[in-house]
Amino acid sequence: MLTVGLNHFLIVSSILFCLGIFGIVTRKNAVMVLMGIELILNAANINFVAFSRYGNFGYNGQLMALFVIILAAAEAAIALAIVLNIYKTFATVNVDEIDRLKE
Amino acid sequence: MTIYDFMFYLFAALTVVSAFCVVTIRNIVYSAFFLLFTFFGVVGLYVLLAADFIAIVQLVVYVGGILILLLFGVMLTNKITSVQIKSGTFQILPAAIAVGLFAGILTSSLLSTDWKMFDTEIPITTAYSLGNLLMNEYILVFELLGVLLLVALVGAASMARRK
Repeated sequence: MLTVGLNHFLIVSSILFCLGIFGIVTRKNAVMVLMGIELILNAANINFVAFSRYGNFGYNGQLMALFVIILAAAEAAIALAIVLNIYKTFATVNVDEIDRLKE
Repeated sequence: MTIYDFMFYLFAALTVVSAFCVVTIRNIVYSAFFLLFTFFGVVGLYVLLAADFIAIVQLVVYVGGILILLLFGVMLTNKITSVQIKSGTFQILPAAIAVGLFAGILTSSLLSTDWKMFDTEIPITTAYSLGNLLMNEYILVFELLGVLLLVALVGAASMARRK
């Protein structure tokens, strides 16, 4: 096999990104959609850290990855609070059955 | 093929196979556990990229925080009277074709780009440099993230409480 370079990490990151998009588009359960979002965020993080290692960016790339991890934590907390409220109102978390704005 | 290449292929295979299982398996709890393996694979990739601090932060925050939160979400939003918690899917074949095309375009465009690569030296530990950057150049971002985390915490707690 080839010696590992920047391209290998970028290919892994793009495969993860496309799998995340596939998860968001095909899944019905809201929590599964959140898992797809986490996959996308991880793919972007791998991209940042790979360019921080192989580019001339110093540690800025790793710091951006740290910020993305922090924001993903905050977003997962809020998204799950919203999903819990949806479950309380609609008794289901299938995204195709949540189609009314008024109760 | 050095040990570095072998470890890279090992962790990359773990990550990609686990991510594929996350988005294809119907059972939600199995999916969450494959997401756990995906995060472990990503931790290995970070260590191979000489980002040791980010690897440990990913382990603590993603595996120890976000995954537990997702499992709580699964357990609290499904009727756990049946043995397996299954999730339905939308049209898989059109989505697979579209995502496959997008993956092809993405991969071909990144393989044909001439990335300017520099051989930076591998640091012993990154925590000191990251802390230095965080406190000097990124101090505003640091403070804003603190405020944002506070707002997210208070917001999520007040939204999800029992009325």
